[in-house]
Amino acid sequence: MFGFGKIRGGVHPETHKDLTAGRSILQQLPLPRQLHMPLSQHAGVAATPLVGVGDRVLKGQLIARAAGSMSANVHASSSGVVSAIGPIVAPHPSGLPATAITIDTDGEDRWVTLEPITDPFSMDPDTLAARVEAAGIVGMGGAIFPAAVKLRQGRRFEIQTLIVNGSECEPYLTCDDHLMQERAEAVVDGARLVRHIIEAYRVVIAVEDNKPDAFAALTKAAAPHGMVEVMTVPTQYPMGSAKQLIQAVTGREIPAGQRSNDIGVLVHNVGTVFAIQQALRYGRPLISRVVTVAGGCVQSPHNVEALLGTPLRELIAACDGLKGSPARLLMGGPMMGQIVPALDTPVIKGCTGLLALTQREVNAHAPAPCIRCGRCVDACPMGLVPLEMARHSGVDDFEHAQEYGLRDCILCGSCAYVCPSHIPLVQYFEYAKGELKERKQSEQKQEYTKRLISERAARLEQEAAAKAAAKAAKKKKARKSRSRESAES
Amino acid sequence: MFTATLVLTILGLVLGWLLGLAARLFAVEENPIVNEVEAMLPGSQCGQCGFPGCGAAAEAMVAGTAAVNCCPPGGRALTESLAQLLDVDLNSLGDAPVPLLASIEESLCTGCTKCYKACPTDAIVGATKQLHAVIPQACTGCSKCKDVCPENCISLNPEPVTLGTWHWPKPEAA
Repeated sequence: MFGFGKIRGGVHPETHKDLTAGRSILQQLPLPRQLHMPLSQHAGVAATPLVGVGDRVLKGQLIARAAGSMSANVHASSSGVVSAIGPIVAPHPSGLPATAITIDTDGEDRWVTLEPITDPFSMDPDTLAARVEAAGIVGMGGAIFPAAVKLRQGRRFEIQTLIVNGSECEPYLTCDDHLMQERAEAVVDGARLVRHIIEAYRVVIAVEDNKPDAFAALTKAAAPHGMVEVMTVPTQYPMGSAKQLIQAVTGREIPAGQRSNDIGVLVHNVGTVFAIQQALRYGRPLISRVVTVAGGCVQSPHNVEALLGTPLRELIAACDGLKGSPARLLMGGPMMGQIVPALDTPVIKGCTGLLALTQREVNAHAPAPCIRCGRCVDACPMGLVPLEMARHSGVDDFEHAQEYGLRDCILCGSCAYVCPSHIPLVQYFEYAKGELKERKQSEQKQEYTKRLISERAARLEQEAAAKAAAKAAKKKKARKSRSRESAES
Repeated sequence: MFTATLVLTILGLVLGWLLGLAARLFAVEENPIVNEVEAMLPGSQCGQCGFPGCGAAAEAMVAGTAAVNCCPPGGRALTESLAQLLDVDLNSLGDAPVPLLASIEESLCTGCTKCYKACPTDAIVGATKQLHAVIPQACTGCSKCKDVCPENCISLNPEPVTLGTWHWPKPEAA
């Protein structure tokens, strides 16, 4: 009907969701002995620590404050003593260190005093947005964009449709599916709260049609509240990408270089909406999240509710350990997830899943030359030309790569998935985007140093002038006193 | 009195006119591209390129005696725009020198203030008998601070890779 529900391109990878689909979320993980809370678990500037080594902290206590508006608070996810503030192996493919606050838990798991709100709907939207900001909530679908920034942007624009993204198109992952099934009321309540904050006209919870249980649970939970629509969208990767979901739900496409706000739509992940509900109803900061632990190497795959900062090793242990040594460890889904260097790295706010994949699942092949078959062009959900983008990126001709749409690439990996030559297309685009960013930064630095040099020159001139003036004044004074002396004598 | 004033005035005017004439007649012709290139260079006169300043480097680049990638503070972005302006093939260039950052060894610094007075971009902060520190965002790696440091406590190192600057390397070609 009117082309709704259809998106361009896309792929249909094997879902593997059955590994964890029938099993409810494991709630009670044994409390880890140590928690590592990275200061940067969000897009933007790293948070500033508020505690020192040796300080006692309580569960839910603010331990690092957001540095500026594009940042997010970090809270202790259990009570204990801060034992270190320093580098840990970051959950990042580079294996570089990241600064984290390490807490030795005391086993008491004692909460700070929370401030629940009895009737958030009677409160001013800006106050509620500030509460969301204080709770340190970021986009939980993996984008880790500070949620409060998005809510405030939403308030500045006229938002017609709020879409709650429950499509979860990545293979293996079922954390959102289970959240929607098991906590449907809270998700619907959260959606209503977000609607209240951004004053949207319409609320749609979009669920892919391979999650009938979640759909049924949400429909039931939404029934008493007429304004919340629950809608199914076709199962297709990358349906969970904001731009594609907006197209499927509203039939409108975001023009290149614009944002969803510009066409009056705001998308929030179900996990984010749930976290917002918890923060506004119960005053709970974001200290835990549901993580899918799956893959061929995991003994008994499950969804687990993990405290942020829990080492990944503990999640594997909660799922009865590994069978065999995994060929690859991923944080997130297999399409867009990032390689994790070690199991010592902690669960962070954007960690949707932990996959331990077998050699067969990784299915690695040596790349062969491009045969220009054009399958990547058909698969690209953004309507770009991946083969040309990769070709130009490969010879550092980023200008042409941009002409073919590098800027609009969402790095979804559909092109690399269908490539019969197994060319690592996404890596080319990551490389090109990284190089372009580096260039922009060096240009900015150059502008900055030019400004500094001219300011310094102006300052030196001023100083010299002031010195000369002082000298002249002194001379004048000396001459005056001398003439007075001679007059007296 | 009057004669003296008149003579001096006329003398001044005549000599001034002669000087003006000489400036016109013997003017050194400047290549406009040199000025353009100089405007693109950072202008910190740091000398990392091996020339006494940005002006000399610009001249050498236009004359073809210096490579367009010889300016470490300018980085890749500058190299590319210079290559485009001067029509140089980027692939013909060798490896560019890496941009450096100064760092002060805290245990050796005596707070003599010599380095921050020498810094052309005000990238060092400190006060007399206080520990000095480098602001990495403003440092161009010119090594002027290192040259004046009496304690030999300043070192120049390539910028470390952090989570914010790391990106995937180029895939190896099939």
